[in-house]
Amino acid sequence: MTLAEILASLFPDGHAVSVADGLVSGDGPFGTGRLAVIGIDANTPLGVEGAARLSRHVLDVLRRGGGTPILVAIDSDSQRMSRRDELLGLNEYLAHLAKALLLADASGHPTVGLVYGHTAAGAFIATALATRVLVGLPGAHPSVMDLPSVARVTKLPLERLEAMAKDTPVFAPGLDNMVQTGAVQAVLDPGQPLGPQITALIDAMPESDTRDALGRSRAGRPVAQEIAAQVVRDASLA
Amino acid sequence: MTDPGAASWYEASARARLDGLLDAGTFREFIGPEQRRMSPHLPLFDLPRAFDDGMIVGAGRLDGQAVLVAAQEGRFMGGAFGEVHGAKLVGLLRAALARKPAAVLILFDTGGVRLQEANAGETAIAEVMRAIAQVRAAGVPVIGLIGGRAGCYGGGGLIAGTCSRLAVSEGGRISVSGPEVIETNKGAEEFDSRDRALVWRTMGGKHRRLTGGADAFVDDTVAAFRAAALRLIGTAPAFDLATLEAEQARLETRIARFGDCRDGTEIWARLGANDPAAIPAMTTAEFDALLTQLGETTHDAR
Amino acid sequence: MEKLTFRHTTKAPLAGAKAQAITGVVASGNLEVLLERTLAPDACTVEIETPINGYGDVWEAVVADFVARAQPGGIRITVNDGGARPDTVSLRLLQGARLMEV
Repeated sequence: MTLAEILASLFPDGHAVSVADGLVSGDGPFGTGRLAVIGIDANTPLGVEGAARLSRHVLDVLRRGGGTPILVAIDSDSQRMSRRDELLGLNEYLAHLAKALLLADASGHPTVGLVYGHTAAGAFIATALATRVLVGLPGAHPSVMDLPSVARVTKLPLERLEAMAKDTPVFAPGLDNMVQTGAVQAVLDPGQPLGPQITALIDAMPESDTRDALGRSRAGRPVAQEIAAQVVRDASLA
Repeated sequence: MTDPGAASWYEASARARLDGLLDAGTFREFIGPEQRRMSPHLPLFDLPRAFDDGMIVGAGRLDGQAVLVAAQEGRFMGGAFGEVHGAKLVGLLRAALARKPAAVLILFDTGGVRLQEANAGETAIAEVMRAIAQVRAAGVPVIGLIGGRAGCYGGGGLIAGTCSRLAVSEGGRISVSGPEVIETNKGAEEFDSRDRALVWRTMGGKHRRLTGGADAFVDDTVAAFRAAALRLIGTAPAFDLATLEAEQARLETRIARFGDCRDGTEIWARLGANDPAAIPAMTTAEFDALLTQLGETTHDAR
Repeated sequence: MEKLTFRHTTKAPLAGAKAQAITGVVASGNLEVLLERTLAPDACTVEIETPINGYGDVWEAVVADFVARAQPGGIRITVNDGGARPDTVSLRLLQGARLMEV
């Protein structure tokens, strides 16, 4: 689905969401209130300016209060890779955006991530992965790094990586693999209106972070939950 | 016996850093190496595993106060986040919510996500950031200490930006894309990763301290990091809307003020440093004097 | 990856009472050595995982030399090798034994 199709499906009566320089912001009528939307469109890389603009929108929603839910719709590149962005401290801008989303969620504004295109690395962590519940649409392709780059770094032949990727979800790019590791909770049905699907997600939001439990039951992250739980147990005895 | 506090943080192993950082003999490790909870994934790549997966977590005392600690071993797989590595830090932060220690200390030494376990590493980083937000909101400071050979890159840089306070040494580098990554993707004219001086001016400890990306600049010794950790615990900002509004303003101001600068030295000059070219060679004492003279580098907006 | 296991009988138990020690780091040209005092006082086992295949004879000689010098009775030793040279392996094994002797 394109962003326009997503917005039309979410807001059949119209909306006030706009896109500028690949950055998405605005809101629309949703249930008895509004749904705020921020995001990144058209495979745009996320640099210091973009991150600061998105975090400002999130803080605006938070300041207004009222428990308005926030949808984070993502079709991005990775973080913008440049000397200038790092000189200005890109890690702080990306972390700040993630913190704004985490604080909003903790303050009664449910946050839902929606990956509908590409996303990768730092841009992924700062946006969609910083929401309480992350879902995808068919055709989305989140990745940490593409396989040719993995081949370069690991010095393994690309053909071998492609073969391994078939039954090893832990390292290969793609929506299905992020579902199996538990990062993506579910894949939405583009044939049905998105509004009710998002409402159902908000109504059934888990209290705590259940991504490692999902990763275990889906076999994409076999040991993470058990390791974290053992640390908690050991700490309670220390 | 040599004084462990005098040892170089940069050269020390993660275990040696913890030994010297905490009160002597107080460290208790969770999931120690004898449990052999190694990566289930590295054998697929014919890569050797480490007993602790490059992440050591546990409890100890810092000047008598109970703290929880996590230390990354930057020499094993570049300190990168894999499934077990990341899950140990997630567990430690969840334990902090229950135990309310005086602080959680994270000894960063990481290149980011371990590509062989990329999806697990990336997800773990997201879990860590959510857990840090919860721990901070519960009133427990999370302090990052950065001065290892792998630096603090990729998702490690984002986690660092989520902490309450950061101490960094000359050897510490904080950034998202590392010099090699930028050069590989954008070419050597964008970033020549072999130009070490450029790396320090762009993402090194002094630059981060001068521009507000870190809260303390320390000598490269275990004792100096210990002293900084103690000092920073007492000054941790709250995690609330006021703090994030202040950070928003701080970060927007930085773009407006320095967004057209090409080099760290231009930024330092605009901050008011009389001789920016002299900053990289300054001792910690000289650098601290400069910070006092500039007088605007300390903030509660993180 | 290659897995090797060597079992030795020693003339004496390793001195000291420390239950466990670890030394070294898994990195290129380096290795980590975990020592645990869990065996009968005259027994020593050394288990090795190494990414460099085909050097079993060298490992056997290095381990035999270490056992003869240190007499590490009672100690289970486990090695994660990152491709270390034999002299580095010797050094780490002796370093590990010393850590157990306190």
